[in-house]
Amino acid sequence: MTLTTFIAWICAAITFGTIIMFGSVGEILTEKSGNLNLGVPGIMYLGAIASLAGAFFYENGNPAPVPWVGAFISLVCALVASLLGGLIYSFLTVTLRANQNVTGLTLTIFGGGVANFFGGSLVKLSGGVGQISVGTTSSAVRAQIPFLSTALGPISTLLFSYGFLAYLAVVIALIAHWVLNKTRVGLNLRAVGENPATADAAGINVTKYKYVTTCIGAMIEGLGGMYYVMDYVKGTWDAGGGLEALGWLAVALVIFTSWKPKNAIWGAYLFGFCYWIYLYIPSSLSAALAKMLGAANVTHMQNLYRMIPYIVTIIVLIIVSKRKRRENQNPASLGISYFREER
Amino acid sequence: MNESIAVRMDGITKRFGSVIANDRVSMDIRYSEILSILGENGSGKTTLMNMLAGIYYPDEGFLYVNGKEVTITSPHDAFELGIGMIHQHFKLIDVFTAAENIILGMKGEKRTYNIDEVNQKVKEICDRYGFDIDPKMKVYEMSVAQKQTLEIVKILYRGANILILDEPTAVLTPQETEKLFNILRQMRKDGKAIVLITHKLNEVLELSDRVTILRKGQYITTIPTPVANEQILTEAMVGEKVTLDIERPDPVNPQKRLSVKHLTVVNQERIKALDDVSFDVYSGEILGVAGISGCGQKELLEAIAGLQNIESGGSVEYYDKDGNTKELVGVSPREIRNYGVHLSFVPEDRLGMGLVGSMGMTENMMLKDYDKGRSPFLNRSESSKLADEIKSELDVVTPSIDTPVRKLSGGNVQKVLVGREIAAEPAILMTAYAVRGLDINKSYTIYNLLNEQKKKGVAVIYVGEDLDVLMALSDRILVLCAGHVNGVLDARTASKEEIGLRMTNLVKEEA
Repeated sequence: MTLTTFIAWICAAITFGTIIMFGSVGEILTEKSGNLNLGVPGIMYLGAIASLAGAFFYENGNPAPVPWVGAFISLVCALVASLLGGLIYSFLTVTLRANQNVTGLTLTIFGGGVANFFGGSLVKLSGGVGQISVGTTSSAVRAQIPFLSTALGPISTLLFSYGFLAYLAVVIALIAHWVLNKTRVGLNLRAVGENPATADAAGINVTKYKYVTTCIGAMIEGLGGMYYVMDYVKGTWDAGGGLEALGWLAVALVIFTSWKPKNAIWGAYLFGFCYWIYLYIPSSLSAALAKMLGAANVTHMQNLYRMIPYIVTIIVLIIVSKRKRRENQNPASLGISYFREER
Repeated sequence: MNESIAVRMDGITKRFGSVIANDRVSMDIRYSEILSILGENGSGKTTLMNMLAGIYYPDEGFLYVNGKEVTITSPHDAFELGIGMIHQHFKLIDVFTAAENIILGMKGEKRTYNIDEVNQKVKEICDRYGFDIDPKMKVYEMSVAQKQTLEIVKILYRGANILILDEPTAVLTPQETEKLFNILRQMRKDGKAIVLITHKLNEVLELSDRVTILRKGQYITTIPTPVANEQILTEAMVGEKVTLDIERPDPVNPQKRLSVKHLTVVNQERIKALDDVSFDVYSGEILGVAGISGCGQKELLEAIAGLQNIESGGSVEYYDKDGNTKELVGVSPREIRNYGVHLSFVPEDRLGMGLVGSMGMTENMMLKDYDKGRSPFLNRSESSKLADEIKSELDVVTPSIDTPVRKLSGGNVQKVLVGREIAAEPAILMTAYAVRGLDINKSYTIYNLLNEQKKKGVAVIYVGEDLDVLMALSDRILVLCAGHVNGVLDARTASKEEIGLRMTNLVKEEA
């Protein structure tokens, strides 16, 4: 394998990882407040379709769309739509105390349905399959850092060849880590997720924390959807359910990181690296493996490679459960609604 | 005037749905004084104090703190007024350190906090009152007594002058209780107002200056402790005359029923929960099991009932009435039950083991005999007859035998649980914490039930928390200390101090 292919592999891993990093950092925050939001894929869908629709109508309505304006509109739309998703979830589970699992799963179905419905409409409006494109906005979202992205050769490609959202994801993960571990707000938030009755008795507004964190988490997840549409598939609509699969991977990543946003950075890239193995693995190695396993065709191996991220998750889960350190477990009251006067 | 009034409550009423928890209660709390609030379970002691702590909000009435009328709508308001409450179930986050728990929810000048500064301040408070707490220790590594100390430090750190303790001694050994009382006396000297919610009469008499008594949500009276005694307090609390002595008939014709030898149980954390435990159980006697919580009591009973994996080398032999022996290790729990070995375990949440909360009494009865009869369909009539019997004989308060047991009060749930096991006419009856959280009257009902069984020749194993009761009820007391049998004492001659000492220190081996 040449250096160039290896760098291309890592770049692909980082692009892929960015999507699930948004998803899992958002979900880590949400789960730290004790809300198990299984609506991550749905919320990412909402963010994705809103960002696409915003950009589409802006570009169609303007003869000469300004790239950064398009990107800005797209960003705002993604944030607002995913915020709405977070609000729906919070209202149902915190205020009405609905079952969190059911609410989350329903939100996933809802988000996917809404997104694919309007995605289909947008495709129709733009004249048919493969026609929809918001090239101007997408190019602004994907714009690389001038100078730095070329000046240092392979290092530039490795570090500086991504759109701004890829860096934003890392920054958000680091901020989330700082907030959770160094600030009073973070301490209070962790308490809410561990034991809301205790947090309540300590004078913390449990409802407010749950609402705000879930909504902020949802907005971060929505950014993942936007990144998927604008960068990963370059401003088109993918009705194939690829985003939903990534959404679930983001949920798996939350467990993989043992609820630590810092770990989500390298964890997401590792998942991306594993995900792309099937494209970048040297064909000689693949052929040898195929022979060893008795596979008739080398391409059959690809299906096996695609399982790797999930296998890694399972292995990590086993290791974590063996270690049993209390700090690495999920927030103790995850998935349980809190009602103060229950007795 | 150092006995100035800290809190005045005037006509406080609180309802939960149609249930009135507090009915127009008026009382006051003074500085430099320890006030006991005494009442049976469900008399509204904790609810009343929760309204001071901001957990609940009163439906009617007025609150005055330091002479000013106040509304307390959240725990935060309570802190601002210098009121701190230590709840019966500790309000601590297990994965946080002591210091993190202490500053939880506090507002600071900065968004971030410096944990070293907090650690320093915590140390200062500990030194002043003589607490022994490491601020960097995680709560899940602490003993119950340490957790309680942490709760007190937490409240002092926030500058509370009015401290409310909800049944603080329920989980402590006699030695730890004495230590806590000394701390409370020290704080009284400091001018703080201290409220002790309890239903233990001896504590009231030993510690407090005044006693306020609640019954069924209503304020009954306040008595200065010097003029009170157990009889007066009990009658005010229960509203009728009661006899306080637990009867203890002598065992008649005791025969060996159970012989436990070299029993070792390893728990999930790979720690020996029971280590080489050996003892015998006789018919017609009550064997009390004493020990601080989590010392292997649960594992011991479960091992006998066949619910625990036993390390090789251990044996539990059952002797039936004709002197035949049966090895119980390796036998399924159902078969052990069929031999007549019955377990009624009352866990902390009362329902967890033994009863299904969303089922009614009838269905809970059926859990144990669903396999009787040959029809593939369930036979409800037998079970509902039994449920009716238990309801009337044990005076279970429930709208109907089909009301989900989760909706019954704690005492009634326990009666159902114990009643079901007794109805099966056991040869060996094991109960753990059968009176957990019950008030005096209902506790006596349970003691009488156990005594009746004893008289019938049943071997009763009674795991209890209250040493006074254990000593009054049992014939022999087995003391468990960290999974070891630390002596089997004659309950008629043993002293409370000796039992307490054996609960905390291994007498036979290290010491």
